[in-house]
Amino acid sequence: MSTQVTTPLNDPPRVTSELKADVRRVNFHYGERHALKNISLPVPQRSVTAMIGPSGCGKSTLLRCFNRMHDLYPGNRYEGEIILHPSNVNILSATIDPMEMRLKTGMVFQKPNPFPKSIFENVAYGLRLRRINDRKVLQEKVEQSLQAAALWDEVKDRLNHSAVKLSGGQQQRLCVARALATEPELLLLDEPTSALDPIATSKIEDMIFALKKSVTILIVTHNMEQAARIADFTAFMYLGELVEYGPTAQIFQNPKNPLTEKYLTGTFG
Amino acid sequence: MLDSSRLILRGKRQDAIFNIIGILFTLVGIVTLAILVVDLMIDGSPRLSYQFMTSFPSRRPENAGILSAWVGTLMVISVTLATAVPIGVAAAVYLEEYAPKNWVTTLIEINISNLAGVPSIIYGLMALGLLVYQFKLGRSVLVGGLTLALLVLPIVIVATREAIRSIPGSIREAAYAAGATKWQVIRYHLIPYSMGGIATGTIIAMSRAIGETAPLITIGALAYVPFLPPPPVQSTAPFVNAEWLHSGFTVLPIQMFNWVSRPQAKFHENAAATGLVLIFFTLAINGVAMYLRYRIRKNLKW
Repeated sequence: MSTQVTTPLNDPPRVTSELKADVRRVNFHYGERHALKNISLPVPQRSVTAMIGPSGCGKSTLLRCFNRMHDLYPGNRYEGEIILHPSNVNILSATIDPMEMRLKTGMVFQKPNPFPKSIFENVAYGLRLRRINDRKVLQEKVEQSLQAAALWDEVKDRLNHSAVKLSGGQQQRLCVARALATEPELLLLDEPTSALDPIATSKIEDMIFALKKSVTILIVTHNMEQAARIADFTAFMYLGELVEYGPTAQIFQNPKNPLTEKYLTGTFG
Repeated sequence: MLDSSRLILRGKRQDAIFNIIGILFTLVGIVTLAILVVDLMIDGSPRLSYQFMTSFPSRRPENAGILSAWVGTLMVISVTLATAVPIGVAAAVYLEEYAPKNWVTTLIEINISNLAGVPSIIYGLMALGLLVYQFKLGRSVLVGGLTLALLVLPIVIVATREAIRSIPGSIREAAYAAGATKWQVIRYHLIPYSMGGIATGTIIAMSRAIGETAPLITIGALAYVPFLPPPPVQSTAPFVNAEWLHSGFTVLPIQMFNWVSRPQAKFHENAAATGLVLIFFTLAINGVAMYLRYRIRKNLKW
């Protein structure tokens, strides 16, 4: 597979056909603050890639580059490339409209943030933005997404009820369903279980496990056990730098960098 | 040794004293309102009658009424409502969502706050010079409504901005992350979710406008209006009629002011009755606002 690369890789060439995205020498500045330092990272297709690290290490910042959320606020600056496959476009390019990336990705946030609308309208939201208003199509997609988010059985009889009356765990699964309804190429999860209890957390994890057959998932978590349980690949970040990246088993059982080992054993962080 | 019981006693006494002071100070406002209303009722309620509501002013106090005044008030307030709310909401949305954070925006914001503090009679002077003399709109319902709209615009803007700001950033981010444009976020999220705040601001603005007298006298609203503006609806096509906008008018507070300034005691009773009607209008508007706010907020929870 040949792909156009405008910046040289700092790692040996990787097989691009299996990659969903390829982060190449990304730097990010919040105004004066240099938040991401020269990050390069592959994102393999149809798998779960976890980003771990102590608070403030830049893991969420990196995640929010994938759908250009930083463009919402003034004074932010990107450098480098995130190549999205197979379309082979640079997500960070100034010529790419941030909305184009947001239409291709789905995002779930740390705190459940359903809209104060009905359950149905929450899930149908992304479809309506894409001008899909056919009642039958909407109903079908809403059911599929709620099934995929393992919420259908709990809400199928009250789709017209307000979403904000659901429990926290249900709200978060609703947010996942909302993100899934538009069949995103990339699913971005920003500490999706940090506000949830263990039972709700395990439901979300089961769901992630089932979802990776069809969609590429990037998850930020500060829960190392969670990364160990669900991720195929893990990236450890510290102070804006990528310290170590590899298959999850290798990172957890045989970390190459002493810093990774220290973090995983709880010596710091 | 620490005498804790005395310390506690002392603290409790202070609590009790402040409690009493607080109650007294709170009562100042409530009692004042109660005295006002009771006084108006004693003086005015005997005059409140169907005849009073359906008669034009007259030089005989027992024949006089406030028909032209309350109709005028409703018409002027409608113009104010129809202009101040869309303009104020649009300005607030622009300032919150579109305006770049620079010195020009800051200057605009400072000016809006200053605008809220300008004495109302100054608005009257401006409207007289600009709307009446320059644009030749006449001393009409339209000019009266527009003058009050300018006067209450800052209230609508500030209330709407507060409401928009209270929407959590996470909701905005959720909408943007789904691929919404700025306008879609405003149209389907920010404005619907801030409806409670907008309604409250609108009502405060309307209750302020309904009692304004000075700017309307300045533009030359009439004090003696023995006619009604032409009705806005008619039985023949096109069924609506904009003639009423250009009609001369008076409003309740002007009518009231006019009667108070007469020497006869009978006219003072008429003024008190007019005051009662005015207070009723204001309370009714506030009641609608409270109901709307309750309805809208019931379904919002972050």
